Amino acid sequence: MASDPLNTVTADVQLFTKDHPLSFAKGGQLTEVTVRYETYGTLNENKTNAVFVCHALTGDAHAAGQRDGEKKPGWWDSLIGPGKPIDTDRFYVICPNLLGGCQGTTGPSSINPATGKSYGLGFPALDMRDFVSVHRGLVSHLGIDTLLATIGGSLGGMQVLQWALDAPQDMASAIIIAASSRLTAQNIAFSAVAREAIMRDDGFSGGQYVDEGTSPDTGLSIARMMAHITYTSEGALWDKFGRSPQNTDLSGDLGVDFAVESYLQYQGETFLDRFDALSYLYLSRVMDYFDPFAHDGACELLSDHPVPTLVCSFSSDWRFSSRQSKRIATRLERAGVPVTYQEIEAGVGHDSFLLEIPDYLELVGNFLDYRLEVAHDSSR
Amino acid sequence: MTLRVDFSLISSWVSPSARVLDLGCGHGTLLHRLATDKSCRIQGVEMDPESLLSAVSKGVPVMKMDIDKELDAFTDNSYDVVILSRTLQAVHRPASVLTHMLRIAPTAIVSMPNFGYWRNRLRLLSGRAPISKDLPYAWHDSPNIHFGSCKDLESLFAELGFTIAECVPLSATGRVSHLPTVTRNFSAGATVYRLTHRTP
Repeated sequence: MASDPLNTVTADVQLFTKDHPLSFAKGGQLTEVTVRYETYGTLNENKTNAVFVCHALTGDAHAAGQRDGEKKPGWWDSLIGPGKPIDTDRFYVICPNLLGGCQGTTGPSSINPATGKSYGLGFPALDMRDFVSVHRGLVSHLGIDTLLATIGGSLGGMQVLQWALDAPQDMASAIIIAASSRLTAQNIAFSAVAREAIMRDDGFSGGQYVDEGTSPDTGLSIARMMAHITYTSEGALWDKFGRSPQNTDLSGDLGVDFAVESYLQYQGETFLDRFDALSYLYLSRVMDYFDPFAHDGACELLSDHPVPTLVCSFSSDWRFSSRQSKRIATRLERAGVPVTYQEIEAGVGHDSFLLEIPDYLELVGNFLDYRLEVAHDSSR
Repeated sequence: MTLRVDFSLISSWVSPSARVLDLGCGHGTLLHRLATDKSCRIQGVEMDPESLLSAVSKGVPVMKMDIDKELDAFTDNSYDVVILSRTLQAVHRPASVLTHMLRIAPTAIVSMPNFGYWRNRLRLLSGRAPISKDLPYAWHDSPNIHFGSCKDLESLFAELGFTIAECVPLSATGRVSHLPTVTRNFSAGATVYRLTHRTP
């Protein structure tokens, strides 16, 4: 294999122990947590160039680069790599699979070492703060005091926001993209349908499907099909498919007839290869309950240690609309945080945050470049 | 790049470490200077994407916001100074924007091109809409939708209960004018005001 321009490292690390267990925000403990993570680039001598990437609901640690045998590069390859906004020639990039996930990090379908069976629905209920606890454990394992930036889109952006509120001293800046600080009733409604589809599937087996040898494939793929519609936009689907038939003519029967139907079915099926139903339930539930500004004093730590923050939304995103990003920006501004907020013109809906949109890449690039300049100046 | 004269003037009116909000901050040049020279806690608002990108490169925080519709987002007295530089003539509701400014901070700094400047009057007499350094656009593609003179603006300040703490006329070339302040409605290309609430 040719030398890797990203200098990729993939690793698993055991965080937390019997003496120092992970205590969940809503109760419960785990004495060992495995975290799968990838790093790109090189940590500089002063350890001032680290950018921590938080992934979205169905992301994983493989954020960038394309390896032999892979059909597609990592999920944020548009932003991360040599010469890209998160330039791996200058930044050291860390991206873990999040707690509760299913791509190498401990989650509800992992085997509970105490019982030898999967955790199933016995896995502790998750909260955004738990993701932050584990992220902080990883940063400390890597021996980094201050991150140059934390960055994430969608659920990833929510982790960044929670982290900035809980431990602003960990970061010199924060980037929150296409996120929300409080899901709307419509958002929760979509999640509810997805969860119902999974839990009503007989293969769900009360959450113990790993041990039972069943699998809620129908439910999980329907959940994905529906969610996928909300990640795109009316215009984007029309441009891609219009009303064109999947085969030469529309047959008029109840099967998959339109091209868009076939596309959705493909999305649902391929999702089964890479995602776990319990992870979907647990992680989507975290978003429903997320409301970090709800309690008094939520911004106290951040006010004392204001972290320059970039908040960014996309004009056609109706899942987490610009209004939701503006709310984050306004709340932070009121807390005395220097906030940059921009709405990027883009037609493809929520998934815009994954795409190569020049205005968006330039915004993130400019913001990070300035932060790196400041870090260099202060370490001189 | 040399700093605009009105920026130097405005900067001299801002105390060190002040919390400063600049509405229509453009490329963030003034805010950048206030942060660098005076350790101000700065925040900008700007609609133009190119300007915003350039401000971000300087480390100036800028929110994309519509000054006409979204100033509600800022809480009462959350800043020491709010600046509106050469933007008032382009907003839809100048009175509402000005009222918000002195709600958000005890001091507002406002500058506006003077429609009453003698060259503008002359051009109007010749039968054409004014075009000058301060009003550089043709009538049909101008972002400016309100054409007021110093006198007009000052009577609006009075109506809103604002006190003019300081007032500096600028010449048509943008320098601090050496002509007497009293002739500003005739001689100034633009005027910069420092405003406070009228003390009861």
